[in-house]
Amino acid sequence: MSLLKVENLQAKIEDNQILKGLNLEVNPGEVHAIMGPNGSGKSTLASVIAGREDYEINGGRILFEGEDITDLEVHERAQKGIFLAFQYPVEIPGVSNANFMKSSVNAIREARGEEPLSAKDFLARMREKSALVEIDKSFMSRAVNEGFSGGEKKRNEIFQLAMLEPKLALLDETDSGLDIDALKIVSQGVNTLRNENNAFVLITHYQRLLNYIVPDFVHVLADGKIVKSGGKELALELEEKGYDWVKDHAIEEQTA
Amino acid sequence: MTDFNEDKLIEEVTTSDYKYGFTTDIEQEFAPKGLNEDIVRFISAKKEEPEFMLEWRLKAYRHWLTMKDPMWAKVDFPKIDYQDVYYYAAPKKKPQLDSLDEVDPELLKTFEKLGISIDEQKRLTGVAVDIVVDSVSVKTTFQKQLKEMGVIFCPMSEAVKEHPELVKQYLGSVVPTTDNFYAALNSAVFSDGSFCYIPKGVRCPMELSTYFRMNAALTGQFERTLIIADEGSYVSYLEGCTAPMRDENQLHAAVVEIVAHKDAEVKYSTVQNWYPGDKNGKGGVYNFVTKRGLCEGENSKISWTQVETGSSITWKYPSCVLKGDNSIGEFYSVAVTNNFQQADTGSKMTHIGKNTRSRIISKGISAGRSENSYRGLVNITKNAKNARNFSECDSLLIGDKCGAHTFPYIEIGNSSSVVEHEATTSKVSEDILFYCSQRGMDEAQAMELIINGYAKEVLNKLPMEFAVEAQKLLAISLEGSVG
Repeated sequence: MSLLKVENLQAKIEDNQILKGLNLEVNPGEVHAIMGPNGSGKSTLASVIAGREDYEINGGRILFEGEDITDLEVHERAQKGIFLAFQYPVEIPGVSNANFMKSSVNAIREARGEEPLSAKDFLARMREKSALVEIDKSFMSRAVNEGFSGGEKKRNEIFQLAMLEPKLALLDETDSGLDIDALKIVSQGVNTLRNENNAFVLITHYQRLLNYIVPDFVHVLADGKIVKSGGKELALELEEKGYDWVKDHAIEEQTA
Repeated sequence: MTDFNEDKLIEEVTTSDYKYGFTTDIEQEFAPKGLNEDIVRFISAKKEEPEFMLEWRLKAYRHWLTMKDPMWAKVDFPKIDYQDVYYYAAPKKKPQLDSLDEVDPELLKTFEKLGISIDEQKRLTGVAVDIVVDSVSVKTTFQKQLKEMGVIFCPMSEAVKEHPELVKQYLGSVVPTTDNFYAALNSAVFSDGSFCYIPKGVRCPMELSTYFRMNAALTGQFERTLIIADEGSYVSYLEGCTAPMRDENQLHAAVVEIVAHKDAEVKYSTVQNWYPGDKNGKGGVYNFVTKRGLCEGENSKISWTQVETGSSITWKYPSCVLKGDNSIGEFYSVAVTNNFQQADTGSKMTHIGKNTRSRIISKGISAGRSENSYRGLVNITKNAKNARNFSECDSLLIGDKCGAHTFPYIEIGNSSSVVEHEATTSKVSEDILFYCSQRGMDEAQAMELIINGYAKEVLNKLPMEFAVEAQKLLAISLEGSVG
């Protein structure tokens, strides 16, 4: 059974139809990259899978481990193991990273009928996972993302990913705004976390990230649909020929 | 996918039922309804007061007759008919003080529902509790231990009889009987309250605590509290309240006076959770409180911390008069209003001595259709050289039908002083809720986290055991999950 199956998904915001019949299947152990020009619907796809209600789904459905989750609430999807690394993580004044993560970890545990993590185990896990993305100890008592640099915010997203160990991680342009060092740290974190039971969907504008996190599949999204899929070499080809090549290619295929 | 529907959030937030809505059946002894000199005499006689107290009350009453209700606050409610209020009610059976077995079992049940087990308080927490039901103190604990240190902690009615010289000297010295309409009313008819004296150089080893609870329909509650910290002493005082659900509005006009002598420090913490009225704005407590501390001596310090979630109308400005040189006044407040609640609250800092410092941190949270106002006065007099004040007033809005207002008044009488004022207004954004929700938290959990984060600076000032209660209270007041 596939982990994630997106079937003919159509979504709009106000009168603007953004996803126009998108199909995607992700199996455990796989890393998928979704590339495409600005405005093609990449971030919308991530938000809709996570359940953000700004978007209206007006066709198709989303299956997670075979279950139709199209109508589930955001936290219910999160509790099932869907994680979204935000493109623009929000700041939460007064709430420490430690407190935030404790609420998050325990909410998910509670939903699964597990006991809350003891303070000792929780701290040990914080320490272990923060090392993964080279986060300093003082970070734990700082307010969530408040006063963080762009790179720190993105590292924090990967840290949270490590803490929650989701089955499916959606990384929404995690590479944007990262310098090369931060990009390496984030990539190493992801590479350490990937295993045969989980899956990653990397949403990115640039091929650069894929030098560090090597995908099994690359999809090109244009005008609300996946217009081309292939292996990792597709990303290089795109980098060389530009998105227009795929768009033209797609039109040719449609008209042929 | 309705998780981030704001209307739904507002609806949920505003339909949380009052958790402590219940009443107990304790036989009441009422004074007849209404107010005149005979009622004042009745109250004084009931309490077997010495003559000077009766005279004091009558003077206050006569002055009250010449005064009018204050109308300047940003609160709106029907005019109160003061002749339609009971001014005295006491449990008929006055329990013995030796053993809990002798306390009315109904009363004990009430405490249990509130989560106040006297027994547990005694055994586990080391908090001395002076519990007030309606108007009469029924249980005072740890008195013996305190006595050995020279600390006096007793009901006001007892202090009037046992320590008349202290009462004569200090009662009304910070809040005169003529101070304002509600203070004058309180002075005339106050039923009971707490009295606390910390002798020179004594550091009170435990948090002194009073739980108030109104428990009779149509009963006014007029508490009078007086705290005196003599030279070099320290005390931390806690006041916490809940009230049962009632349809009739209940009038409450308390007065708290604090005197801090040279090098003394007083911390006064309040968690206020009186019945706020139902979700349609029916019922609820009118809370008209006068709280003021006098930093009489050099290097003295008075700190007010309050978490206000209850009452339908709040009119309350805990203040400090900084008379002694180098004295310090602080005010830390979280005020939550929901549904149709209205709060006009803040602080007054009057700088008289040199190098006096004050700090005001006010966090307002408005939800439902409520109105939440901060009103503050920083008054630096001519002789208060090098005085400093810092004020921060933050407002958090939940939904778009509530209001937040800030009325800061600043008067500076000299050029060597520094006054800073910061104010922010923010909304609980859908982006933050989405972020929390994506990390697995439901709406209630997310709100609790966000609200407690927002109010952290104030909650941190509360004593540990109170901070936990206050966090729960904030969550209960703003979420639909607890009914």
